[in-house]
Amino acid sequence: MRRLAGLAALALLLLVGCAKPARNDLYVLMPGADGKTGALTVESGGKQAVLDQPYAAARVKESGQVEPGTVTEQEARQAFGAALAAQPGRPASFILYFLENRDELTPDSKQTLGSALDEIARRPAPEIVVIGHTDRVGPVPYNDTLSLRRAERVRDELVKVGIAADRIRVEGRGEREPLVPTPDEVAEPRNRRVEISVR
Amino acid sequence: MSRSLVVLAAAAVMTTVTPGPLLAQEAGHIKVARGVVQVERAGQKTPAAVGAVVQAGDVVSTGADGSVGITFLDNSLLSAGPNSVLAIDRFAFDSTTHQGSFESSLRKGTLAVVSGKLAKQSPEAMKVKTPAAVLGVRGTEFLVRTGDPKD
Repeated sequence: MRRLAGLAALALLLLVGCAKPARNDLYVLMPGADGKTGALTVESGGKQAVLDQPYAAARVKESGQVEPGTVTEQEARQAFGAALAAQPGRPASFILYFLENRDELTPDSKQTLGSALDEIARRPAPEIVVIGHTDRVGPVPYNDTLSLRRAERVRDELVKVGIAADRIRVEGRGEREPLVPTPDEVAEPRNRRVEISVR
Repeated sequence: MSRSLVVLAAAAVMTTVTPGPLLAQEAGHIKVARGVVQVERAGQKTPAAVGAVVQAGDVVSTGADGSVGITFLDNSLLSAGPNSVLAIDRFAFDSTTHQGSFESSLRKGTLAVVSGKLAKQSPEAMKVKTPAAVLGVRGTEFLVRTGDPKD
């Protein structure tokens, strides 16, 4: 009798176990805001799914069981509404140029600086990242320093118009991120720039 | 203790005291906080408000009515819905080379992710874990839900 009860309990456990998955995991690839969709790999207990289409999804009901599939945009918005609504604003980028051989912004860039200030005023807890860039003339370490110096110059400009210095971060990206790709050692004024990123 | 050892020890102390490690701890800032949002750091839970710093090692959690949005130094955006627990396991970002790594774990709840400069620079740099899966990120936006179906 006791053994029977034990068996019954075991059977019940198995039934419950089958009826109800251990997990309710859902992974969804979203289309990128820039129109490009990346890719996501979902790996669980040695099994893997690669998601590379908008709204491609993987469900994991138990570790080691990855079920690929899709969801509709509406389903995604419903399941993740609060998380999506809490997404911080995307960083906004403003690019400034200097008059050649002078410590002064071009007239266009003065206007751009104004737009950056408007954007800063609109954001909650705004951070300002000033990123200097160079063209590919000169060695990499030299350009790292030069790009940082350019960024510091713009930071000083921002402080002058009333932005708190502790909200501003300066970065020097050197010659690594040209706006216009060129071979090494080619002078290109459009690459000598400073980007203000507001986030 | 020999003199050279003392010098070595002093040098080691100096390298750890330079601003690097302190700055390296800062990983991002809270930009959106609705309802109950808490940050657990070194065993201490404190309510988190917009503007608060998030560091590597922090565990961010939301209540039944809560949600939170965090912007990281590499422009990654992570936002969690209600009843979520998100651990920032590791964050390192070199703003000049864009090298580094970003690992986080969603222990339960929902999460929306927009990857940033780290994932763009190297596909291996960003990982999001859940109790059941590890996600590899190839420069992308995605959603994660994990936890017990009862929750």
